Amino acid sequence: MEDTKKIRVLIAKPGLDGHDRGAKVIARALRDSGMEVIYTGLRQTPEQIVETAIQEDVNVIGLSILSGAHNFLLPKVIQLLKEKNAEDILVISGGVIPEEDILGLKEAGIAEVFTPGTPTSEIIDFIKTHVK
Amino acid sequence: MDTIEAVLNGNKRSIAKLITLIEEKSHDAKEILKKIYTHTGKARIIGITGAPGSGKSSLVDKLAKILRSKNKKIGIIAVDPTSPFTGGAILGDRIRMQDLALDEGVFIRSMGTRGALGGLSKACYDAAKVLDASGMDYILIETVGVGQSEIDIAKLADIVLLVMVPGMGDDVQAIKAGIMEIGDIFVINKSDKDGADRLVTEIETALGLCFEKKELKPPVIKTIATEGYGIEELVETIDVLWEYLTKKDYLKIKRTNRIRQEIIGLLTESVLNNIMTTYSEKIEFLVEKAVKRQIDPYSAAEIIIKEKSL
Amino acid sequence: MSDKNSLEKLRKEKTLWEETKLRKILEKHPERFEKFYTNSNIEVEPVYTELNVQDLDYLNDLGFPGEYPYTRGVQPNMYRGKLWTMRQYAGFGTAEESNQRYKFLLSQGQSGLSVAFDLPTQIGYDSDHPLSRGEVGKVGVAIDSLKDMEILFDGIPLDKVSTSMTINAPASVLLSMYIAVAEKQGVAPDKLSGTIQNDILKEYVARGTYIFPPSPSMRLITNIFEFCSKNMPKWNTISISGYHIREAGATAVQEVAFTLADGIAYVEAAINAGLSVDEFAPRLSFFFNAHNDLLEEVAKFRAARRLWAKIMKERFYAKDPRSMMLRFHTQTGGSTLTAQQPDNNIIRVTIQALAAVLGGTQSLHTNSRDEALALPSEDSVRIALRTQQIIAYESGVTETVDPLAGSYYIEYLTNTIEQKAREYIDKIDKLGGAVKAIEKGFMQQEIQDSAYRYQMEIESGRRIVVGVNKFQIEEEPPKGLLKVDPEVGRTQEIKLKELKSSRDNLAVREALKELHSQAKTDANLMPVILKCVKCYCTLGEICDTLRKVFGEYKASITI
Repeated sequence: MEDTKKIRVLIAKPGLDGHDRGAKVIARALRDSGMEVIYTGLRQTPEQIVETAIQEDVNVIGLSILSGAHNFLLPKVIQLLKEKNAEDILVISGGVIPEEDILGLKEAGIAEVFTPGTPTSEIIDFIKTHVK
Repeated sequence: MDTIEAVLNGNKRSIAKLITLIEEKSHDAKEILKKIYTHTGKARIIGITGAPGSGKSSLVDKLAKILRSKNKKIGIIAVDPTSPFTGGAILGDRIRMQDLALDEGVFIRSMGTRGALGGLSKACYDAAKVLDASGMDYILIETVGVGQSEIDIAKLADIVLLVMVPGMGDDVQAIKAGIMEIGDIFVINKSDKDGADRLVTEIETALGLCFEKKELKPPVIKTIATEGYGIEELVETIDVLWEYLTKKDYLKIKRTNRIRQEIIGLLTESVLNNIMTTYSEKIEFLVEKAVKRQIDPYSAAEIIIKEKSL
Repeated sequence: MSDKNSLEKLRKEKTLWEETKLRKILEKHPERFEKFYTNSNIEVEPVYTELNVQDLDYLNDLGFPGEYPYTRGVQPNMYRGKLWTMRQYAGFGTAEESNQRYKFLLSQGQSGLSVAFDLPTQIGYDSDHPLSRGEVGKVGVAIDSLKDMEILFDGIPLDKVSTSMTINAPASVLLSMYIAVAEKQGVAPDKLSGTIQNDILKEYVARGTYIFPPSPSMRLITNIFEFCSKNMPKWNTISISGYHIREAGATAVQEVAFTLADGIAYVEAAINAGLSVDEFAPRLSFFFNAHNDLLEEVAKFRAARRLWAKIMKERFYAKDPRSMMLRFHTQTGGSTLTAQQPDNNIIRVTIQALAAVLGGTQSLHTNSRDEALALPSEDSVRIALRTQQIIAYESGVTETVDPLAGSYYIEYLTNTIEQKAREYIDKIDKLGGAVKAIEKGFMQQEIQDSAYRYQMEIESGRRIVVGVNKFQIEEEPPKGLLKVDPEVGRTQEIKLKELKSSRDNLAVREALKELHSQAKTDANLMPVILKCVKCYCTLGEICDTLRKVFGEYKASITI
């Protein structure tokens, strides 16, 4: 592979739930599609996520959350990104997120919410189309 | 330029963006690197290498915490291998260091080896320069010790910590692979495991053979990184070694070699690039002939060299 | 089983059939796939005969129900005597709300309680901890102190119900709270029956709600074993869980193998702590998953039972038959539920519940159809419970013990799963046991490989999930999902403030000091934790004290 531009993605789990099956499957699929995936694992606070995203200069933040705390934690990440002038970073999320919450999350600035059953190829395509 | 000033002031976003430019081999990056070079050379570059599972990331995490308690600024570069098949990578060393994520005095960057075929990429050298220029006191570079990267880290770092674990067959491996020479300090991590003392003895014996003629034998330190055991001692050892290396001019020799290597490397790359672009057709023609056994590779190369010098 | 001649004849007949009848049809109509597999990637042949199980020895390998090696079940007459315990895992919001839900479930004919705690409680944080923001009361009930626990079981006689608590890292604290509540009701510890999950190893492997590193965690667990063996003879001290391992993507074989490997580690830890095997082993219980591959799942339960019995007898020299009996709770597979066409989940749950019953489960939780979307609503929970009741009272599968025994396919799968699980356990032994294997990331890696393969099979269309990658429809967003009041966090914070100003803070300080100093010794910590709980130390205060002594576990990455 030539060292051209590579898409860098931060995969993190905000909140306290330990279900990382989805996050890890996604991380692996993104790697296999040629991206660099920074994986920080469980129990990440919004502050940690945003600071990590900045230092790692990622194009995308992918947040997996199944604890039900999405309405609090996801908008918080967006807000912190704005405070750090880093709102150009694409934020996507996945997990158990009810349909009725998705609209609100998108209004808050989450680019897309992928619910259970989404093929990884769809997520890869989404990232490739939306990262300039 | 704004970026230069911001990097020199330690602005994390700018540092991060500049490292990305370096990784993308952008022309801008080269220009900025030229300008910040005079600000480099202050940081102590510590390489940490060892087999997968030897606990390097935990060690880096704990080292950084102790150094932070002494009010030192820390840059960390964690290198993981890039898949040669897909070009992708999972960079997961940070997971152990996330307590440091919000520390103002710490900057952590994960890097894939990208095109460097198992070794350290040029980008890693340059990223270290950026962190150096940005005012870091220590730069900790963590690499998986497999083959080329161990050799590379010995060139890049001022001091190399070679991390080993009892019961992993590390001792034998290291002695066999002839990498004893690259370690400036040997860290026996997870030293609460069976066989730690035996490993220490074996390493010391092996070092005795390697370093017969030198006055300072590399120290061997026992740690349990996950519990923070032995880390204070390790930091002290690094400092003592640093004093010694400086006093004896060994550091200067090491750094001179590194810079010479870098210049030679750049020259090689640029001359080679030049030849490859100017003579690409000619080279292909000669390759064809060599395939048909009408010319041998040595003569083929000589033909190009001659043409070039004409 | 049969003599050589008749097997030889059978073999010949089968070859003949393959080369004539079967081949002819294959030439005309190729099969749907080149090869067929169970859900867990065991290759499946077109037909099974005695040839596949020719070494099976009825008395040695199956035996009668209630007899070693317990392949057919742990009781002689199984559900003809007593049905399994129908136990729906529930809990959300505040202790008051959960208490209402428990009373509802008991009034609907549920026979035991199963308490779900919220994540801060599971990780030992009080509701006012910064990391608890947004999490309080979300996936279970928030318990900060004995005060909450008193409310949770208000009006529920603890000598009459059995209670299962899904709590691991801080299990000692929640168990102490339960004992203290019972005491206030006038019920002595030896009258209490129920289960604490208390299985830290699978937290490191699959579930992620750990606090302390492995070695102090194992100590807390053996402390509980010892305490209960003396004071709570009816209490299941651990529920060694394959459930979450399976949910993380493991195959059925891996579920059995890794769960039993964890079990071996607990038995060894307790023996090393000086307990004798028959003192604690009868109170070990297990917790498995039930997925959609009906027959493979039934075989899985049977294989697990037989393998555990052999391990206890041959490896640990258990004498008490109860030490060899693998008793287990089953929950249907959460990860098999789909957000698409959620009513389809009712059918999935039915198949899975049937597998658990045909496999001889001791208790069962059936998932609700809406759990891929949110916490279950009351309506959904009722359907889930009714599913169990229909299997119990209408399906007829309960009238005889282990009805699928003797099926060539079932016995073949039982043998295969046992054998493959044993191979894994041997490998884990070589790595130095379950704790070492986990520290090295071995189990995690194996599970993730399976999870990834599964996902790729769905994406390639080799594996069909109805409503997800085939038979999709346009859907309206589902309605009537349960919403947890976002104010729960605030309510809990206020309660905590009130508690801290009204309790005897001097006693609290003293108790925590004692805990701190005892944690540094190798004393059994249960008595001092019970003391802390009784003077209303909060869960967070107790766990923080232990964090100071034990440190915290950090996961390593395995992808």
